[in-house]
Amino acid sequence: MYHKEKSIQIKNSASALYNNLGVLRIAPRRLTYFTVVHANVVNMVSASWDGLNYSHRQLQSKEPNVATSTSLITQAAFCALPSRDLLVVTSQKGIQMYESDGSIMVYWHALDTPETATELLCVPAQAVFARGISAVCESYICVGLSTGAILVFDVPSKGSNITLSDVMEGHKESITDMASECCGGEVCIADLVSADDGGNLCVWQSGEEFKLLNHIPGFDISCSSVKLWKGTVVAGYGTGQIRLYEAVTGILHAEVNAHARWIYSLDIAPFSGLLLSAAEDSLVRVWHLTMTPESHSVEIAHLYNECVTDTQICGAKFCDGDGYAFAVTGYDLSEIIRYTQS
Amino acid sequence: MSVRTLPLVFINLGGEMLYILDQRLQALNTSEDNSEKGVWSENDRRRVMNDIVGAMFSKDFMDELLKPQQLYSHRTLKTVLTRLAHASIMRLNQASMDKLYELMVMAFKYQVFLCPRPKDLLLITYNHIDTIRGFVRHTPVVVNQVDETHRKIIEVYSSLPEGEFQLLRQTLLIFFQDMHVRVSLFLKNKVQNPNGRFALSASGPVPHGIDVPGLIRMFDRKGREVSRSEFPTGGSYTSPIREGCFELHGDRVIRLGMTMYTGNNPEETHTSKASSVKKDDAPNLLAKEELNLLARLMGSMKAENTPETETGFRINLFTTDQEEEYAGASEGAAQSLFRVINIQAMQDEQAATQLARIAGQFAEGDKLPEDLSSSKGDDLLAMMDDL
Repeated sequence: MYHKEKSIQIKNSASALYNNLGVLRIAPRRLTYFTVVHANVVNMVSASWDGLNYSHRQLQSKEPNVATSTSLITQAAFCALPSRDLLVVTSQKGIQMYESDGSIMVYWHALDTPETATELLCVPAQAVFARGISAVCESYICVGLSTGAILVFDVPSKGSNITLSDVMEGHKESITDMASECCGGEVCIADLVSADDGGNLCVWQSGEEFKLLNHIPGFDISCSSVKLWKGTVVAGYGTGQIRLYEAVTGILHAEVNAHARWIYSLDIAPFSGLLLSAAEDSLVRVWHLTMTPESHSVEIAHLYNECVTDTQICGAKFCDGDGYAFAVTGYDLSEIIRYTQS
Repeated sequence: MSVRTLPLVFINLGGEMLYILDQRLQALNTSEDNSEKGVWSENDRRRVMNDIVGAMFSKDFMDELLKPQQLYSHRTLKTVLTRLAHASIMRLNQASMDKLYELMVMAFKYQVFLCPRPKDLLLITYNHIDTIRGFVRHTPVVVNQVDETHRKIIEVYSSLPEGEFQLLRQTLLIFFQDMHVRVSLFLKNKVQNPNGRFALSASGPVPHGIDVPGLIRMFDRKGREVSRSEFPTGGSYTSPIREGCFELHGDRVIRLGMTMYTGNNPEETHTSKASSVKKDDAPNLLAKEELNLLARLMGSMKAENTPETETGFRINLFTTDQEEEYAGASEGAAQSLFRVINIQAMQDEQAATQLARIAGQFAEGDKLPEDLSSSKGDDLLAMMDDL
């Protein structure tokens, strides 16, 4: 169904982090941007569609001051809003937002971490970091925290006057991933889903004040990656399972024993309903989701497997809305592997 | 990211170090008693093990490690591990320590990479502790220290959720990133490929608590299962093995963390760097936090065993002409490390005194005891050179 294309070499290898691949397609310029996190650096590649031009850039995590050690980055993701695209980078120390080509940092939000002075008592017993990034509808960017809180930023159509407008408390454990869908003209009830380390899912409705619509409990297993499509939550877990829930009601549509190890990345091609799952077991799988309006449910069928030999995959994303091509990153690999439909 | 990595890092890396030392010491001449000069006895070997294990599992040192804190650089780790090794009458030169560190790290990286579930990091740690307990079984005082530490680890880590273990594992994997040193034993056992990467198999038992892949189940709106189907997995997985024991004693079931070094074949520990490895030459400033940690860890260890009444045993674990050169080059790096520490020390009085003391001890430690002719050291060197 897919065949391997020429890989894109990146300057550093990918770190073992959930959802460690960002993709942004810029149709008017016939370019695609890719981002891969390596420790405290984000590797950005801009690839032209004709395969002839590649340009690289590296973004560093921001250090509050010289006395502290480097801040590890947990995630880098593109946020596509109607008026503009931004690149959001979350780390142990805070949240950075850049123009989508990585050229200018437009916003920095520091996390409330106690400075580690000479007294050790200041160091929290839990790790502190931000993780989980999603653009939501018209003008919001939501970012999760290790405390379980979710920060909501209001983003103007241009400029750097980004403001923190809300803090949502729905989770008690560290946020792992977040996803949204914008329904365009249709009436949309749920437009954001957030997942945490306990496998709990929260479904939200955006607005001046975000409203918690539903809470789907987990089974003490991390949900490491989550997607929202046509009102369905697609969640990947540390047990290698994928589950499909109806967002607003929490009804379980399907459960798949998809992988033999921890799932690290899920992605959906919204126009075709193709689903991509990737795990530490070195396998990438492609599935097809179909809505069945008669029974108000969603079905999932398996289409294709791809084994990336000896690699624990940490990022997998479709490169376009139809799922014609997808890209994969793996721990310790210094390349972005690409596949295209045959 | 995770603030709970240090205890596991030191126990596992320290464990790997002891496995290698044990293998090397077993390979030497033995004599029944201490009377023959220049020959290692069983007592000598036990003493080295007891000293290092005693230092590593000392209450003060472990208490420092157990405080929640970040995992810093390889340099800090190597410095502390060298100091631990020097808690015994053994002396390792820079080149030996560098190679030893590479071996230790590659072994632990392999274990962390292949760890079936993140929580199984504990079982790997307990495998190391079990074997270490065996090394010092003749000395009840040290066995007690090991047991006490083991109990503390159980207390601190047993209640951590799986997500926290995965964060810990991810922190370790980031720390070991881009290290692809080829170890001949791993290559021989086919756990490592010639390009330095570890082999990952798409077959075998799934980890405990995970279902064998292949099943799709669909449900109706009332939660009743309405269909089951299978899909081809592209691998051949089997049902999980039983879970290992997380108590003080018991069958750990998984074998990761047990020693891979058999008998006394020194060939096993030959290493070679993969071509694309980048050298950590730039003497980057140790952040203040990191220096403070280093000072606290060194301070919490027993005073270094500076052999005054007897000659120290100097060991070159892996000696080749190339490494003598390398030793020269890395001396330079070590010098710049001292320079960096001195500059930083001026900003913080407390750290300054402790670090000055430590830096001084390092400088002394590197000097060879003059009288080597009748020591076991010379014979050891000769023996190692022949390998």
